[in-house]
Amino acid sequence: MLFLQLFIVFTKIGAFNFGGGYAMLSLIHNEVVEKNGWLTSAEFTDIVAISQSTPGPIGINCATYTGYTAVLNEGYPEWMAVLGAVLASVSVLWVPFLLMLTISKLLLKYSKNQTIGNIFSVLRPAIVGFIAAAAILLMSADNFGSPSNQTFQFAVSIILFLFSFIGTRLFKVHPILMILLAGLAGLIIY
Amino acid sequence: MNSNLFQLFLIFLKIGAFTLGGGYAMVPIMERDIVDRHQWLTREEFVDVLIVAQSTPGLFAINMASHIGNKITGLMGGVVASIGVALPSIISILLIAMFFRAYQDNVYIEKIFMGVRPAVVALIAAPCFSMARVAHLSLSNLWIPVVSCLLITLFGVSPIWIVLVAGVAGYVWGRFKRQTPDDSDDEEDF
Repeated sequence: MLFLQLFIVFTKIGAFNFGGGYAMLSLIHNEVVEKNGWLTSAEFTDIVAISQSTPGPIGINCATYTGYTAVLNEGYPEWMAVLGAVLASVSVLWVPFLLMLTISKLLLKYSKNQTIGNIFSVLRPAIVGFIAAAAILLMSADNFGSPSNQTFQFAVSIILFLFSFIGTRLFKVHPILMILLAGLAGLIIY
Repeated sequence: MNSNLFQLFLIFLKIGAFTLGGGYAMVPIMERDIVDRHQWLTREEFVDVLIVAQSTPGLFAINMASHIGNKITGLMGGVVASIGVALPSIISILLIAMFFRAYQDNVYIEKIFMGVRPAVVALIAAPCFSMARVAHLSLSNLWIPVVSCLLITLFGVSPIWIVLVAGVAGYVWGRFKRQTPDDSDDEEDF
């Protein structure tokens, strides 16, 4: 049943992902961490870090990793986990693939159409909210340490967060470099 | 196998393998290979595909691959290009997942990721501001991302519902706007 669930969940994630990349993180978090408990919040953040530093879209990266991990956690053997990873990855792709082949010609014709413009005038701002939500959901004790009994880790996390935020926003530091630096800092400080 | 198909596969395999982080990073490479080198599409056609890929749900990279492949050599082209662009990310994440599984409890890996996690959250938070510009956020529609973010973070609402509601709202709002003429049309003439 796990395989069927993986298929359904990642089909949903693929079909309802507008705006791509970070915009789909809150949807993936909602399904994979909150509803199905396949990954912890920290594992989820780790995948985002790994996605940034490996080839390919974040959506496929998350699907592959989640498929593999969820199947292994259920106690299945390694080769079944690989199968789960491939299944989840294909699930996230097939709806957009078919949509693209069928409705893309229509969209091309109507891309300057008023109605589509109207729909996106509300959808686009909503998607900005998705990205903000993903960031807020991930500001958890899992990722930052708890302020009361892991005070040192919490303080270091806040500083690393601010450094990375300012680094990417103001100084346009490349995300991969930022991740490497933060990892190095973690290795030295902790 | 048709040599065009094979070439298409190789090009998208390369694009999938060498664009870290995915998404828009691949656009310049696609443009160079498909428009400049092979002249499979004109620049104008390429830009049209770009617009459609952005407004269709799903992963941007797959949308581009399936559409361009389909346009050049038909359905098989779409399939082959999509597989090509997805393959490197599936394989690399699988290898990392296996490695990660084995070294998850390693002290040094854990230290590195304790540093990386807050940085990743910052990387996700940062684009909210640049996205705000793309979505034409102003005082009048700022409530949309705020409400969508609160619904997700405080009430655990699935982003799927927000996509559906926002789409319908945009459509209805557009209809309403058209029935009361004399406002929007005039403004654009100035």
